[in-house]
Amino acid sequence: MKKAMMLTTALIATGFAASAQELNVVSWGGAYTVSQVEAYHKPFTEMTGVKVNSIDADNPATPLKAQVEAGNVSIDLADIELSDAIRLCDEGLLEEIDPAMLPPAPDGTPATEDFVPGAIQDCAVANIVWATVVAYDASKFPENPPSTLADFFDTEKYPGKRGLLKAAKRSLEMALVADGVPGSEVYEVLGTEEGVARALAKLDTIKDSVVWWEAGAQPPQLLADGEVVMTTGYNGRIFNAMIAENKPFNIIWDGAYMDYDLWAIPKGAPHLEDAKKFLAFSTDTQRLADQAKYISYGPARKSSSALVGMYQDGKTEMAPHMPTNPDNLTNPIWTDPTFWADHDVELSERFNAWLAN
Amino acid sequence: MALPTYASPLEKAWHYSYLVICGLIFLFLIAPIVIVIPLSFNAEPYFTFTEKMLTLDPEGYSMRWYDSLLTFGMQNPEAERGASFWSDFWGNATWMQVTKNSIIIGFFATILSTALGTIAALGLTRPEMPYRKQITAVLISPMIVPIIISATGMFFFYSWMKLPVPSFEGGFHFEWTRLAGSYLGIILAHAALGIPFVIITVTATLSGFDQSLVRAAASLGANPRTAFFKVVMPLIMPGVVSGALFAFVTSFDEVVAVLFIADHTQQTIPRQMWNGIREQISPAILAVATILVMISILLLTTVELLRRRSERLRGVSPQ
Amino acid sequence: MTDATALLTTADGKPLKAALAASLATRRRRAFLLVAPLFLFIMISFIVPIGQMLYQSFYNDTFSSAAPNLAEWFDANPEGSAIDESAYAALAADLALMKKDKTAGAAGTRINYDVSGTRSMFTSTARKADKFEPPFKEAVLAEEKKWDDPNIWRAMRSASSPFTFDFYLAALDLTRDSSGSIVPVAEGQAIYKTLFWRTLSMSIEITALCLLLGFPIAHLLAVLPMRKAMLLMILVLLPFWTSLLVRTTSWMVLLQSQGVLNDMLVWAGLIDENGRIQMMYNQTGTIVAMTHILLPFTVLPLYSVMKTIPPSYVRAARSLGATSWTAFRRVYLPQTLPGIGAGGLLVFILAMGYYITPALVGGADGQMISNMIAFHMQKSLNWSLAAALAAMLLAIVLIFFWIYDRLVGIDKMKLG
Repeated sequence: MKKAMMLTTALIATGFAASAQELNVVSWGGAYTVSQVEAYHKPFTEMTGVKVNSIDADNPATPLKAQVEAGNVSIDLADIELSDAIRLCDEGLLEEIDPAMLPPAPDGTPATEDFVPGAIQDCAVANIVWATVVAYDASKFPENPPSTLADFFDTEKYPGKRGLLKAAKRSLEMALVADGVPGSEVYEVLGTEEGVARALAKLDTIKDSVVWWEAGAQPPQLLADGEVVMTTGYNGRIFNAMIAENKPFNIIWDGAYMDYDLWAIPKGAPHLEDAKKFLAFSTDTQRLADQAKYISYGPARKSSSALVGMYQDGKTEMAPHMPTNPDNLTNPIWTDPTFWADHDVELSERFNAWLAN
Repeated sequence: MALPTYASPLEKAWHYSYLVICGLIFLFLIAPIVIVIPLSFNAEPYFTFTEKMLTLDPEGYSMRWYDSLLTFGMQNPEAERGASFWSDFWGNATWMQVTKNSIIIGFFATILSTALGTIAALGLTRPEMPYRKQITAVLISPMIVPIIISATGMFFFYSWMKLPVPSFEGGFHFEWTRLAGSYLGIILAHAALGIPFVIITVTATLSGFDQSLVRAAASLGANPRTAFFKVVMPLIMPGVVSGALFAFVTSFDEVVAVLFIADHTQQTIPRQMWNGIREQISPAILAVATILVMISILLLTTVELLRRRSERLRGVSPQ
Repeated sequence: MTDATALLTTADGKPLKAALAASLATRRRRAFLLVAPLFLFIMISFIVPIGQMLYQSFYNDTFSSAAPNLAEWFDANPEGSAIDESAYAALAADLALMKKDKTAGAAGTRINYDVSGTRSMFTSTARKADKFEPPFKEAVLAEEKKWDDPNIWRAMRSASSPFTFDFYLAALDLTRDSSGSIVPVAEGQAIYKTLFWRTLSMSIEITALCLLLGFPIAHLLAVLPMRKAMLLMILVLLPFWTSLLVRTTSWMVLLQSQGVLNDMLVWAGLIDENGRIQMMYNQTGTIVAMTHILLPFTVLPLYSVMKTIPPSYVRAARSLGATSWTAFRRVYLPQTLPGIGAGGLLVFILAMGYYITPALVGGADGQMISNMIAFHMQKSLNWSLAAALAAMLLAIVLIFFWIYDRLVGIDKMKLG
C-alpha cells in the first residue's frame, strides 16, 4: 500500500511538473501548423530554449474564448481570424499589443508601416494573408474544367459531391458571388434580410450534395479519398496536397475569400512574457518569409515578400500560388471583419436552422 | 439444436434460413472489427483492398503504417535505430506519449473506482442497507447520463475547483492545482465514469455469495477482519478483477471527457484517434485500431477465464 | 403475547427488542458507512458538476451585470411603462459603462439570443457612448434608429434579471413577441424541436433494429449446446469490448464512397463506378454504426432470459396442436418480454445520449441533440442554451431510467 502511494505521488507529480520554460500555441493543425513549427517554433526554441507546444483546433478562437470565460487559461498564444481578433478584443478577452514591441524591417522601416493595412490590430498581429478557395479533382473533369464559383454550385454540368465548411462565414459570401454578386459588393447584399435569404436559397440548390467539413485538414483528404469532386478549402492546404503529395487538384481563384490570420494572446495567459517574445519573433521579416517556404500563404509584411522564393522542394516557384498574386485576385471577397464581429452570432443561428431543416 | 423429427418441409426450410440469418447477423457483428486488420497492412494509402492485396501479392502488404505510428512526432525519425532513436521515441513519439497517458490515467482511475466501488458493493448487498435503491440509482447514473452532459458539467466544475497535489519541484510540498487540465482531473472524471461497472459486476458476484461461509469462519474463531480477507476476498476476487477491467476499459476508451477537461499534456489514445479520424485519416489509424482490437481480445479472454473461475469457486455450474 | 415479549431480556438485562433494534441500527449504520465514501465521491465529482452546469440554464448574469442602470430602471418602472428619456439615459449610461468594461459584445450577445440582429447595435452604439449628451433619446436614436423597437426593450427587461426561462423557450423553438406573449419562432429558424424528434426517432429505429437483430442470435445462443454457444458468444462479446472509436472507424472504412462496401457493390456489378451510394455522412451511417455498437446490449439480456425458458413449453404447445408460429407467438415470445424490455430500454437510453458516432459519421442530417449541445458548448459558446438543452435531454433520459427501474430493476443490470 505504501509503495502504491509513493508510486501514485511520483506519477502524478511528474504529470504536473510543467516547466516554466514552455509556451502553448494553438493553431489550425495540418500542413499549416507544420509550416509554423518549421518557420517559427523550432528557431524560437533554438534561440530561447523555451519549448513550444503546438496544439490543434478547428478554430483556435473558440477554445480561447471558452478558456478565458471559464477562468481556466492554458493557451499562451492563438492563431485567429481577423473578425475573431476584433470581436474577442471588443469583449476584453485578449491582451492588448503595443506595436512598438514589433521589430522594424531590415531596412529600418518601422513595423507599423511595414505591415499591410489592417494587419496590426489592438490585440493581435497578422502573420499571413490566406484565402478560402474552391479546389477540384482535375482527373474527374478532363474536358472543360470548372473555372468559376458558379460552377461549384452547378451540379448538372459538374456532377458529384461538394465539400463545404460547416459555418455561415464564407459559405454565405461564396453563395452570393456564385449567384452573381461581385466580390466587392457581397457585404452590402449580405447586410440585408433579402441578401441572407438569397445566399441560403443558393446554398439550397446543392444542399443534398454537400459533405460538410470542419477542420482545415479535411478538404484535401475528402478530395483525395474521392468523397467529393469539388470542395472549398484553405489555399495553402490544397497547395500542399498538389505539390508535396502530387495530387491532381486545381484551384479556382474566382471568388476567393481573403482573410488574415493573426497572433493573439488571451487574458490570463500562463506565460505572458514568453508569449509576447514569441509574437514579436515570429512576425519579423525573415520568419514571415521563411513560412512561405512551407505553405502558400502570403506574408503580412511588405518587406518579407521580396524574400519569398522557392518551395522547400527547391523547384516550385511560390509566387504563382500566393493568394496575394495579382493574377489570382480576379474577383476576391475581402473579409469584412466588423461585419462578422457584429453578425456572426445571428447569421450562425440562421445557418444552423437552415442546416437542420 | 436439431430439428424435431416431426418437422414439416416448410419448417425445415425455415430452420435453415433461420441459421443463415443468424450467420449474417454474426457477420454484421464481427466483420467491421476484423476488416481493419488486413487493411492496416495496406501498402497504399487507401481504405480498401487493392488488387495486389486481393491476389495475396506480398507487395500489396507492408508494415509502413505501423512504422509511421512509431516515428510520428519524433524529433529525428530518420536516425539509425539505436539507443538515441529509442530514447527519442520514448520521449517524443506522439503515440508513445498518448499511450503513457492512457495507462497512467486508466491505472489510477481503475484503482480509485475499484477500491471505492468494491467497498460500496459490500455495503449495498447487505440486507439491512437503508435506501438501497435510491443510492444504487445515484451510483449507476454515470453510465446512464449522456456523456456530453457529464463532460460539460465536469468542464465547468473542474475549471473552477482546485485540489492540493503533491509536487517535488523545489522540495516536497503540496500545490493547489486546478482539476481541468491536470491528470488528477481526468483521473477523477474517469473514476466516476467507471464506477457503475464496478458496482454492477461486484454486486452480481456478491449476490451469489453464500453468507453462511462467513458465519462458519466466525464460528471457527476468525475475527471479522480475518473472515473478510481469508474467506470473502478470495471468493469475490474474480468479480472485483472483472469490475476493474471494465473500469479500465471505460477509461481507456473514453474521449469526450478528455476533449472537455484535458489540455495538451493529457492527450490519450482515443483523443489522438479522434484527431486522426477527423483530420489526416490515413491507414495509420487502422494500425492503431488493429492494436486496440488485439488488446480487447486479450481483455475479453481474461474476463471470460475469470468468470468461469468465479463460477467454479462459488459452486455455480457453468450455464 | 406482549407480556411474554416484555419478559425476554438479553444476558445483561436489556430488553431483547431494544437490543435487537440497537443491533440492527448498528448494522444499518455499518452498511451505510461502507457505501458513504463512494456516494460522496460520486456526489462531488459527478452530481454537483452536473447540477452546477444545469444551473446556468436559468441563471445568466452577462447582461444584468453589464447594465446596472437599466436593471434599476426596469425595477422602478413596471412592464408597460413608456420608454421615456429616463430609460434612454440609463441605456446611455450603461453603454458607456460597457465601453469602459469591454462588455458590450457579451451583453449584446445575450440580447441577441432573444432578438436576432441586435448584437451589432450594442457594439456599434457603445463605441460612441461616451460622446452622448442629453437628451439621450435623440442622441441614441440618431446613432441607431432600431433602439426604439419595443421588442429590444422587452428582451432587455427580461435579461436584466439573472434568473430567466428564456433559454428553455429557445430550446423549445419559442420566443416572446413584443407584447411579451410566447409564440413559436419564425418559419425556417426552428431547430431544436426537430432535433429532439429526430433524436427520439433515430433512437427508436436503432432500438428496434437492435431487438430485431439481437433476438434471433440470442435465441440461437440459448438453444445451442454449451460449448458451441460459448464460441459464438465471443462474436457478441468481442465488439462489446472493442473501443467505440475503433468500431466507428471501421464503419467509416466500410461505408465510405470509396470504401469496402461500395467497392464490393461495384465489383459485383450491382452499381456502376459513378453510382456509388452515399452511406456515410448521413442518417444511414449513424443508424448502421450505432446499431452495431449497441447490439450486444440487447443480445446479453435477451440471452440470459431465454436461457431460463424450458424448451418443454414450446414442445407442449406443439403437442397440443399449435403450429410452430403460434407456439412461438403465444408461448415463447411472451416469456422473453423481460429480456426485450431490459435490452430495449437500455439501448434506447444509451442511444439518446450518443455523441461520438453521430459526430464522426453523421454529416448534417445524422446529428443528434448531444451534438447540438456540444456545438453550443464549444463553438457558439451559448452555454446557457447548451445547459437548457442538456436539462431537457437529461429529463427524458431519467424518465426512461425510472421506467427501466420499475420494469427491470437497476440491481438486475448485468454486463457480459
